[in-house]
Amino acid sequence: MTSNETSPRPGATVRMQDLSRSFGTVRALAGLSLELAPGELVALLGPSGCGKTTALRILAGFDTADSGTVEVDGQEISGVPAAKRDMGMVFQSYSLFPNMSAQDNVGFGLRMRKLSSAARQRRAAELLDMVGLAAQAGQYPHQLSGGQQQRVALARALAIEPRVLLLDEPLSALDAKVRLQLREQIRALQQRLGTTTLFVTHDQEEALSMADRVGVMRSGTLEQIATPDELYAHPASAFVAEFVGIMNRIPGDVLELLGRPAALAGLTDGSPAGSAYGKDALVRPEGLRLTASPHGNGIVTTRTFLGQLTRLSVRLTGDVVVQVDQRTAEAAGISPGDSVQVTLADLPVLLADRSASRGDATPATASPGQVPA
Amino acid sequence: MAVDTTTVPGATQAPGAGRSWPARLRALRRWAGLIPFGVYMFLGLGLPAIAVAIGAFQNSSGGGFTLSNVRAATHGIYRQGFETSLEVSVVTAIVPGIVGFLVAYAIFTARRGNLLRRVVITASGVFANFGGVPLAFLFIATLGSTGLVTGWLTAIGLNPYDHGFDLYTFSGIVIVYMYFQIPLMVLIMLPALEGLRPAWREAAQNLGASSWQFWRHIGGPVLFPSFLGCVMLLFGSALSAYATAEALTSGSIALTPIQIGSFLNGNVLAGQQNIGKALGLGLVVIIAIAMVIYTLAQRRASRWLR
Amino acid sequence: MAAVVASELAEETPGPAGRPRRRRGSLPVWRWAILVIVGAYFVIPLYAALRFTGLHSFPAVFSQEGFAPALELSVKLAAVTTLLTVVLMLPTSIYVHLRLPKVRRLLEGITILPIVIPPVVLIVGVLEVSPGFLKSTPYLLALEYVVLAMPFAYRSFDAGLRALELHTLVEAAQSLGAGWRQTLWRVLMPNLRTALLSAIVLTVALVLGEFTMASLALYQTFPVWIVAFDQTSGPISVAASLLALFVTWVFLMAITLIAGRSRRAGGTDVSLFSVSRRSTGGS
Repeated sequence: MTSNETSPRPGATVRMQDLSRSFGTVRALAGLSLELAPGELVALLGPSGCGKTTALRILAGFDTADSGTVEVDGQEISGVPAAKRDMGMVFQSYSLFPNMSAQDNVGFGLRMRKLSSAARQRRAAELLDMVGLAAQAGQYPHQLSGGQQQRVALARALAIEPRVLLLDEPLSALDAKVRLQLREQIRALQQRLGTTTLFVTHDQEEALSMADRVGVMRSGTLEQIATPDELYAHPASAFVAEFVGIMNRIPGDVLELLGRPAALAGLTDGSPAGSAYGKDALVRPEGLRLTASPHGNGIVTTRTFLGQLTRLSVRLTGDVVVQVDQRTAEAAGISPGDSVQVTLADLPVLLADRSASRGDATPATASPGQVPA
Repeated sequence: MAVDTTTVPGATQAPGAGRSWPARLRALRRWAGLIPFGVYMFLGLGLPAIAVAIGAFQNSSGGGFTLSNVRAATHGIYRQGFETSLEVSVVTAIVPGIVGFLVAYAIFTARRGNLLRRVVITASGVFANFGGVPLAFLFIATLGSTGLVTGWLTAIGLNPYDHGFDLYTFSGIVIVYMYFQIPLMVLIMLPALEGLRPAWREAAQNLGASSWQFWRHIGGPVLFPSFLGCVMLLFGSALSAYATAEALTSGSIALTPIQIGSFLNGNVLAGQQNIGKALGLGLVVIIAIAMVIYTLAQRRASRWLR
Repeated sequence: MAAVVASELAEETPGPAGRPRRRRGSLPVWRWAILVIVGAYFVIPLYAALRFTGLHSFPAVFSQEGFAPALELSVKLAAVTTLLTVVLMLPTSIYVHLRLPKVRRLLEGITILPIVIPPVVLIVGVLEVSPGFLKSTPYLLALEYVVLAMPFAYRSFDAGLRALELHTLVEAAQSLGAGWRQTLWRVLMPNLRTALLSAIVLTVALVLGEFTMASLALYQTFPVWIVAFDQTSGPISVAASLLALFVTWVFLMAITLIAGRSRRAGGTDVSLFSVSRRSTGGS
């Protein structure tokens, strides 16, 4: 624990089993089970109220589950107070101690562990250097920008060589540009040190770009946990499908307008495959093609330039609006008001139950354009 | 009040910048809006204050410069007055400071909207505005020689008057002053306590600090400026209090404000008028020092507790 | 003096967005102990005073000699003071916010002066410099009370103004053709209602309770009468004090309620014992 090297300690394994937690009548967690492998960065993603922060706080020791167990490296820690759990946490904002300089903040955990003043300073300097703030060591939190403060917070959490690193939406309070920079920095640092990390966020872009695995949560349970690719391509439920990335939801009868799907796939949670009749089809924007056509099946309503791609909103006959992503070169010349023919690309189409669950599907993406419920 | 209608509000004119006459004139016109306030405060506050300051060094009979007033003010009964006043003020700044802090701490962990918390806050707001005459009478009825609590205590054999307590002297004044000092402390410390972000507590815990360590390294230092500032406020408040002491003791206690008042009541030998002003000046100087400390402390507090 | 400070305190800001949090168990024993002991210290004197006077004393207060003229004088002084204070401080506050924002710091410093120069010292100076014709009228007191009330009034208006986007409102009004008087009357005042109310109540409470300067200037305002009357009848004086207290409390409660309601309705965030410092990030 008092090592001055930067060579990584093997990360810890974390196992949360069947965690439940209610606040009065509100069920924050309903039997959550999650495992983190050593050195892994797992992101917990979900809309507000889904329980992700509760899970994190239970792991950190700031809250206790009503039932279920939490094990770190095979040892049950539910009874261990937060101060003794040896985990580093980065909070959403303003968690730096205002009466201490950056250096003293970073050294605080080491001070609690009774390191000598010289050793503390050395290690703090080392970490501040790692996050690129060596020059700001003597500055106070109120003199630092939001991004700088979070970097100091990160350094502070890592200074104690924690078994687990916990991040509670650390980037949500920051500007977009700073957020992107910090994302990379956090990921790089985490990989270099090999610290097992749990990262909570409601921003799916963040989760998908940073994590080894992403767990999508809803209403206190884990809907699916998989690598980002897997989640995108093979969502387990309609909720996950629509939460991660953008998804068009097309009623089965309207689907016929678009031609014959290459294949129909049920969602991996057991939702039915078979005929699309009476069900909704879920298609990604890149799963649709369009061409200008005077008597097509839809009218373009908006056009959004996204760089290499252009996203076009098309209102189909049948009054369903879909988003179609087309390479900008191909989409040149197509403007709002134009009549187009939308067809399915050569990809499997996912089937989901009819829109009874539509209200729950809140695609939380940062990209413009949403599939209207 | 005449407001300049020819300039658009927020027009970018650096005050006093540029050597040109029009610019300077414009800046002057902008300051003109403060004239009514400035004049009033000068006449109502500045002038009297200057009169006191000057009078402190003037011979009561002749009007020539003299230090005799100041000398008299710092010796004998007036010196005693200062000492007693300072003692009272220090005690009724620190003790209510601590008690008030504890009360604030006792309720700040309750959620907002909690009934107990709202009661305490409202009550504090009301009691902090107490003072003066009503308060004195309240306590006469409570701890006077025939007061209610005196009676209770006598019944259990502990008549406070037999043990050196007297409502109309130092000990009594202290007890009475606490009545408005404690709520003041509560009202000021509560927001400061709430300025303590929960994230700090949790971060400290997370890094291995015990409760005591948190308060020693973070909570204490961060709250200290607010605490100090408030204590200064309490100190100044107690030092300048006149009404309560006067209503309570009819001027028989040796406190500086009372003594100053006695110069106006004519209870004083002729030819000694200006000693009162010297006393006043002394009071002002002491309070001013306290308020400077207060201002500095507040500035530090607001920086950290933002 | 306590009242002066009460108006500079930071407000009860809305709590963090409701993340459900396990409530800590009921307050531990020592906290209850403190609250009970302190609570007793505050309540017992009230009870003692009530016992001392007996309920029969209350109605008797009104018929006592000197009561009516003293009360009348206090009320008149309160009215004049309040009027003068508002007329002086409201435009000044608005002006400073609008044109001289850098001066705000200085002004806050000036509001500390009446604390530094306590009333007892102030009256000495006042009696020294006032011309004879002023000294012979009780309205001299009203003029000085404006100085005493200045800190509260300024802080109330300051808080109210900070909660507004003053420049934007004024510019919007002007762009729509409003003159200064209309802007003040139709745009600013309605939004400053709570701050105004707060300032008024604080000023009235101050004047009705002010003893020091009145007694040393030898005018018999209500508080002065209460003390003088104590020589005649203790219980009556105590009863009068309690009455005065009670009325002040009712006032303070009323404004807290009104401020609370207007806050919910989107009015400015000012309450009696507080100044909305935090909402705009500090001075």
